[in-house]
Amino acid sequence: MRTRPSLFATAVGKKYAMAISGLVLMGYVLLHMVGNLKIYFGAESLNKYAEWLREIGEPALPREWLLWGLRFVLLAAVFVHIYAAYSLTVMNRRARPVQYVSKRDYVAADFASRTMRWTGIIVVLFVVWHLLDLTWGTTNPDFVSGDVYHNVIASFERIPVAIAYVIANLALGVHLYHGAWSLFQSMGWYGTWRRTFSIAFAGVVVLGNVSFPLAVMFGVVN
Amino acid sequence: MNVHLKVWRQAGPDEPGDFETYDIADVTEEMSFLELLDVLNEQLVAEGREPVAFDSDCREGICGSCGVMIDGQAHGPQRGTATCQLHMRLYNDGDTIVVEPFRSAGFPLVKDLVVNRSAFDRIIEAGGFITVPTGSAPDANLTLVPKEDSDRAMDAAQCIGCGACVAACPNGAGQLFTAAKLAHLNLLPQGQPERQRRTIGMVEEMENYFGSCTNHRECSAACPKEISIDFIAMLNRDFRKARR
Repeated sequence: MRTRPSLFATAVGKKYAMAISGLVLMGYVLLHMVGNLKIYFGAESLNKYAEWLREIGEPALPREWLLWGLRFVLLAAVFVHIYAAYSLTVMNRRARPVQYVSKRDYVAADFASRTMRWTGIIVVLFVVWHLLDLTWGTTNPDFVSGDVYHNVIASFERIPVAIAYVIANLALGVHLYHGAWSLFQSMGWYGTWRRTFSIAFAGVVVLGNVSFPLAVMFGVVN
Repeated sequence: MNVHLKVWRQAGPDEPGDFETYDIADVTEEMSFLELLDVLNEQLVAEGREPVAFDSDCREGICGSCGVMIDGQAHGPQRGTATCQLHMRLYNDGDTIVVEPFRSAGFPLVKDLVVNRSAFDRIIEAGGFITVPTGSAPDANLTLVPKEDSDRAMDAAQCIGCGACVAACPNGAGQLFTAAKLAHLNLLPQGQPERQRRTIGMVEEMENYFGSCTNHRECSAACPKEISIDFIAMLNRDFRKARR
C-alpha cells in the first residue's frame, strides 16, 4: 500500500497551518493593540499594565514564565506561517514554469491578495525594528527600561519613526484584510460574514495601532 | 469590422514559440470567437500556410474542449462564458486581440493553442466516481435527496472541465475543478461511502500537477459555469475531516 504523505506535506495541510498560525498571530495583534490603549489613561496605567504582563501566572508560576511561554507560542506561529508560505510559493512557481507572455488581466484578485508576500515581509521587518525600538531599546536614544510610556513618546516624537509605524501598520491592515478572510476559506468555513469580519478586524487593529504614533505626533499624548 | 489577432504560434512542445499578428477583415458581430479562428485558418490555408491549432468540440458551451487566454483572461472578458460562446459583438473595429494558450505545468503545450489537459482525467481517476452495483435501474426516489443538497450538487456538477480555473489562477492551482468534482459527489447520498477516500485521493493527485490555492478567486471569475469558491472551502473541510 502507498504511504500517505503527512498532512503538513500536502499543500492543503500547509494552508491549515497558515490559517491556524495566522489566527494565533491575529489574536496577538488584537490584544497588543487593546493593551496599548492604556496609553490614553496615562503613564501609570500603561506602565502598570506592562509590569502586570511580566507577573501574570504568579504565584502559580515564577515571574515572566507565562510571558515567555506566550512568546514561544508566538515565535512558533511566526516560524510555521513563514515556512508554509515559503514552501507553497515554491510549489506555485513550479506549477507555472512557463509564464504568460501577454499581460494578465486580473478580475477578482485584489491588491491585498496579490501583495500578501510583500505586506508580510514589511510586517516582519517592522516587528524586528519594533523590538529593537521598544523592547530592547537599541534604536531608541532615550530608552528607560520599565517606563513604557516614556519610551513610546520618546520614539514617536521622531517624525520619520512615527511615519514608519503608520506605514507598517497600513501594510499589516492590508495583510489582515486578505488573511482574516482567507483563513476561514482554508479551514473550510464559508459565508458572507467572512468579508465583514476581515474588514472589521483589520480596521480595528489598524485604527488602534495608527492612533498611537499620531497621538504622540499631534501632542494628544505627551 | 476588421480586427488584428495576435496569436501564439508554437510548432511543438519543445519548439520555440512566439506571437504572430494576423489581420482579419469583414468580421461580423454574430461570429463566435472560435468562428473568428476558423476564418483565420481558412485565410491561412488559402495562403498555403499552417493553420492555427486550437481545441473545440460542441461549440455550445457544454463540452469544455475550447479555452484560450484572450487579452489576459481565460475565455476572454465576458463572465460565465466559454470561448465558443464569446461573440465578436463585444469587440470594435480595429481592435487588437491577444490569444495565448493556457499555461500550467499540469497542462503541457501540444501545439499553438492546444494544451494537454489529461491531468484532469488523472484526478477523476483518483476518486471522481461512485462504485455501484450495475444491473437494473434503481426505483425512482428510492434514495431521498434534500432539494438544497441536490441544487448545490448540480451547481458543482456544471463543471465542464475546461481548465480555465487553472489557467486563470496566479498560482496555477487546480482547486476549483477538483472541488467541483468532489462536491457534486460528496453532497449526495450516493457519494457518502467513498467520501473520505475520494477526497484524499483527488486532492493528493491534484497536488502532483497543480499549485496551491491562495484564495484570489480568479478561478471562479474565469469559470464559464461561474462555480463558486465555496466548493473550495468544502474541499478544504472534507480533506481536513478525511485526514483526521
